[in-house]
Amino acid sequence: MTVEIDDTMKYSRTYSNIVFPGIVFAAAILLTAFLATASLRAAGGGGEQLVPPKTPAGLTAQQTRGKYLVDTMGCHDCHTPMKMGPNGPQWDLDRTLSGHPETLVMPPAPILPPGPWIGTAAATFTAWNGPWGTSFTANLTPDKETGLGDWTVEQFIETMKTGKDRGKGRPVLPPMPVQNLRQLNDEDIRALFAYLQTLKPIKNRVPQPIDPPDSK
Amino acid sequence: MKTLGAATVILIAAVVRATASFEAGPAAPVAPALLSETGLYAGEGTTQIDPRNRPFSPQYPLWSDGAAKKRWIRLPDGAAIDATNLARWEFPVGTRFWKEFSFNGRKVETRMLWRATQERWVFASYAWNEAQTEAMLAPETGIPDVAEVAPFDIAQGKPGKRHTIPGVADCRSCHDSARTEILGFDALNLSDDRDPNAPHAETLTNEMLTLRTLTEENLIYPKRQELIATPPRIAARSANERAALGYLSTNCGSCHNRESSIASLGLILKHRDGSTLTTTVNQRGHWVVPEAQEESRLINPGHPESSAIIRRLKSRRPSSQMPPLGTVVVDRDALDLLVRWVKEMQ
Repeated sequence: MTVEIDDTMKYSRTYSNIVFPGIVFAAAILLTAFLATASLRAAGGGGEQLVPPKTPAGLTAQQTRGKYLVDTMGCHDCHTPMKMGPNGPQWDLDRTLSGHPETLVMPPAPILPPGPWIGTAAATFTAWNGPWGTSFTANLTPDKETGLGDWTVEQFIETMKTGKDRGKGRPVLPPMPVQNLRQLNDEDIRALFAYLQTLKPIKNRVPQPIDPPDSK
Repeated sequence: MKTLGAATVILIAAVVRATASFEAGPAAPVAPALLSETGLYAGEGTTQIDPRNRPFSPQYPLWSDGAAKKRWIRLPDGAAIDATNLARWEFPVGTRFWKEFSFNGRKVETRMLWRATQERWVFASYAWNEAQTEAMLAPETGIPDVAEVAPFDIAQGKPGKRHTIPGVADCRSCHDSARTEILGFDALNLSDDRDPNAPHAETLTNEMLTLRTLTEENLIYPKRQELIATPPRIAARSANERAALGYLSTNCGSCHNRESSIASLGLILKHRDGSTLTTTVNQRGHWVVPEAQEESRLINPGHPESSAIIRRLKSRRPSSQMPPLGTVVVDRDALDLLVRWVKEMQ
């Protein structure tokens, strides 16, 4: 896979589709982790830009727990856009956890031939297409208008527990690993939310999901 | 095979819960294993309804993919509903509601809501057996694909659709907001001034409870003569609007109301909250019609094609359909009604 993305996130297309097999969407997460690991290797095993920001001073114990969970559960894999660096794809830390960049208007997803390939992903890993349509990863920063700034912790808990938007709306779409997240206890979900609320708010209106073709 | 699989699941659930008691004891109350143990029927071995269970029919019924539905309420002997706050009825402890769903003439499931204690409503769904003689408690996660609601469409090449018995979490998604609500048993839905244009409304029979009978039989208090003299009615500029607002109130208002955890979205469709028109007409909303990005409004007067509410009611794709659960088939009658309403709103 080769990916070239300039600073404005208007990518030049020399990438091949990223695909994942089956409806077991956890596989997408594994793929992401694999690629992230690969880029780490390409970078010689490290590099400041490849790790999430350091813990800001003054985090509470709950927020620190939340940061630990965010950093280890793979939230960055899809919610922090990837960009192309000198050593391969790496997280764009200026957009940490802000979801699919609104400036990156995706063209229609490629139509795959019949067969076992089932989905495609943007080079940023923030837009995914499959039988469910096209999904865009959410802005998890506490921006009031476009992120989690106007969410309550109860809404966040309900979303994680039910796999539905704010516990009542449409299903949270692949590749979000809702089956895994349902296993979290309330205390950890509260910690996640508490940490996310400490992030720098980034105004970034993520597009709404796109239905699959022929689905009015 | 699907039937066999579902039967196995509910059999296991029934065995696991075989010791469940219907009477609320010191332990957390649980639903009985069999529908026949819930008090719906007049006695053992019969499916005749116990006469203490009173039928009713909301004037604006919820769309359930064309299911034929029957509903009953049982109040504890001598007890009545506290209607001090007309918008928030309080049901006495021990109240039970049942709703029976049939497709193609066969009973598929019966749901029960039971106020077991002051603090706790028990939610249960019962899946009917092949012989139609008994229904067994479904697992908490529900049972998928129990009955066909739309056949395979050969012309369109579209697969058939099937009814799913919802899990308790899905039930709570609509019934639980700030408090547990009985949807469809409220002043508007039991009004004797029934809307003749309400989609899918059933014929009212003499046995069915209405505000009048509830009042006359002292089943609600305080006694409110005005409920009989001037029964609740949606004030609207046209017959289409009256029916459309009623439909939205029932089918969308259980989540989109002022007490809901998603009230902050600013979309209020429960009629009692009185804000349906102000929060929809010419309002942009969070979701936009993909084919009308600029013109899209929740309700765009005169333009159903760029009205997001209509577009989402028309969808049965998970990423855009509304309501997001409880239905897999578009409600064509309601859609036609809403289109007529928006078109006349020039």
